[in-house]
Amino acid sequence: MAFSILGTGSAVPSKVVTNSELSIFLETDDEWISSRTGISERRVLTSESLTDLAAKAAERALESANIAASELDFILCPTLRGDQLFPSLSSRVSGRIGASCPALDINAACSGFVFALDVARAYFAAGQARRMLIVCAEAMSRLTDWTDRSTTVLFGDAAGAVVLGPGEGPLALRLTTSCNEEWLVSDVPSGNSPFAPYSPGTFLRMNGREVFKFAVSAIDKDVRLLCEQAGTSPEDVDYYLLHQANLRIIEAARSRLALPPERFPTNIQHYGNTSSASIPLLLDEQVRAGNMQKGQLLFLSAFGAGLSTGSCLLRWEA
Amino acid sequence: MNLETLANILADYKEMDASLITAETTFEELELDSLDTVELLMKIEDETGLTLDVSEDLRSVGDLLKALEAQGNA
Repeated sequence: MAFSILGTGSAVPSKVVTNSELSIFLETDDEWISSRTGISERRVLTSESLTDLAAKAAERALESANIAASELDFILCPTLRGDQLFPSLSSRVSGRIGASCPALDINAACSGFVFALDVARAYFAAGQARRMLIVCAEAMSRLTDWTDRSTTVLFGDAAGAVVLGPGEGPLALRLTTSCNEEWLVSDVPSGNSPFAPYSPGTFLRMNGREVFKFAVSAIDKDVRLLCEQAGTSPEDVDYYLLHQANLRIIEAARSRLALPPERFPTNIQHYGNTSSASIPLLLDEQVRAGNMQKGQLLFLSAFGAGLSTGSCLLRWEA
Repeated sequence: MNLETLANILADYKEMDASLITAETTFEELELDSLDTVELLMKIEDETGLTLDVSEDLRSVGDLLKALEAQGNA
């Protein structure tokens, strides 16, 4: 028992890239992409920076929470890679929104949002923060190989943010990390040290079948485990906000739990997989659509490179 | 696992008649893509308690039976 979500915000680039546009330069088509992933279009950074997106999402979250940036005690930015290696994305966001608190980047790949919630939980529990900002921002378009039809069609760029204050959440939270350097990986370029071999780095590579299996099993396991821990049942959860990696993963997980589709809101159709930003982006969409009511139970579940998983059961308190 | 059991699992997944499935039936004929085959393998894992390698390139029901036999005996 540590925090509650006081406000949400998100931002996406203005450039929409449809499946048909991808088929101009990739050997693929709308039917193939839609049927295997559920994705119709994604947003891609052009002239904006990732910091621009992150700051916009942060400002929207602060506005919805009615909190000034100067009131923040800590900023956490889950991201695979900011605009610069350093300074960190979080410090750039801090400067942009006019905050003066410490700021830290977190890399837990697509699970980053739930990992950040756990870090925040510890700060609240220790009495070290009363107002925290989490901004997940991902420029996936810079990490994928735009000549590889098997991966580049899956991803999109986005930022999603939440402002946290003291509260009763989370009811249960679970993180896992295991070392797997094969199924979901991207190598960074080496330096030019004369004492080490040079490597130019690689774009993102993924074994979709293995990741699919890992994800479906992980969601299923976490739902049952966390509901049991919190003394509730999967049927009592109002909404499952799952990492939007592939509609087929969400559908397979839902089918295993034998729960109705309306409890599994999705927006992957319009944004693709936006890594750590996907859950806060979806949450913001749900909040702004008026779908969240005080007292409702939410289950957040993410999975990704590491391999990592992060799941969180909480009651909506806003 | 024998053909009959596998055909029943497949028929249940595809909501079709199990008698139409033979060892020669391909996943393409059943309109199953690569993610469908992973889901199927997961269902088989649930039923058998085996852990199956989902990376293998499987094209037909017979391929899947052979893979199950090999992995089940490993």
